[in-house]
Amino acid sequence: MTVLQRRRDELVCQQVVELVSDYLEGALTRRDRRRFERHIRACPNCTAYLEQMRITISETGRLTPGDLSPEARVEFTELFRAWREDVGD
Amino acid sequence: MESDAELLARVRAGDETAFLALVTRYNGSLQRLARTFVASDAVAEEVVQDTWFGVVRGVDRFEGRSSFKTWLFRILVNRARTTGVREHRHVPVDPTAPAVSPDRFDGSGAWAQPVVPWESDVDDRLVAASWGPRLLQALDALPDRQRDVVVLRDVEGLSSEDVCAVLEITEGNQRVLLHRGRSRLRAELEAELEARGR
Repeated sequence: MTVLQRRRDELVCQQVVELVSDYLEGALTRRDRRRFERHIRACPNCTAYLEQMRITISETGRLTPGDLSPEARVEFTELFRAWREDVGD
Repeated sequence: MESDAELLARVRAGDETAFLALVTRYNGSLQRLARTFVASDAVAEEVVQDTWFGVVRGVDRFEGRSSFKTWLFRILVNRARTTGVREHRHVPVDPTAPAVSPDRFDGSGAWAQPVVPWESDVDDRLVAASWGPRLLQALDALPDRQRDVVVLRDVEGLSSEDVCAVLEITEGNQRVLLHRGRSRLRAELEAELEARGR
């Protein structure tokens, strides 16, 4: 397909990578979503890129916070008891 | 596992173990989020303590209109903000920076070189022991506001609506920050995989 034949509203890869988040968030208009999906279907590179973004998001979701230290447990137990006493007064 | 609401009801009734269960569930998350607002772990710890104090004091006033988690994070963000101006730990990054470096594209805006798919075995490599710290490092290197949004959305799993409520930003603003942050993390991940050799 030459540039001249390309429909004027076709997205190029460089635009697609900027729309990935809006696409995944469901924030694109219907028309833009169709343009986006049309591009993805025809472009293995952007398909790979979209998948990379999905993997990145799911890996980020696997980060877990650290466990509570024994010292912190004691501290928070004391904090709670102090509050209960206040309430009891 | 008991729901937050169930635990909260027991906290109201004065149940210490229920309170500790909530603390255990969320303290790490609060610590991480607090750390994005203040310059040291020590100050972050103070903010987190203060947040839990706010929880026990406010538990009777919490009406359950938002989820407990959203309410909790809001308390933290408010405390963190009043603790002091956020110190800039990082060189500010151009907020309009593209998701992918322009030199990866040709003159027509198409990829200049093929994008190599991350094979399914990549997943195993990503969760390798060395990966978690690397991703945390990349997260930490994000500009503050991008990091806040990515942490709340992708690490903590809050809805976009809740993220906007917690950080008091608009939906559009949230999406832009999320996009920049996620794109940056993807790029870091790609660089890491290349460094390890595919």
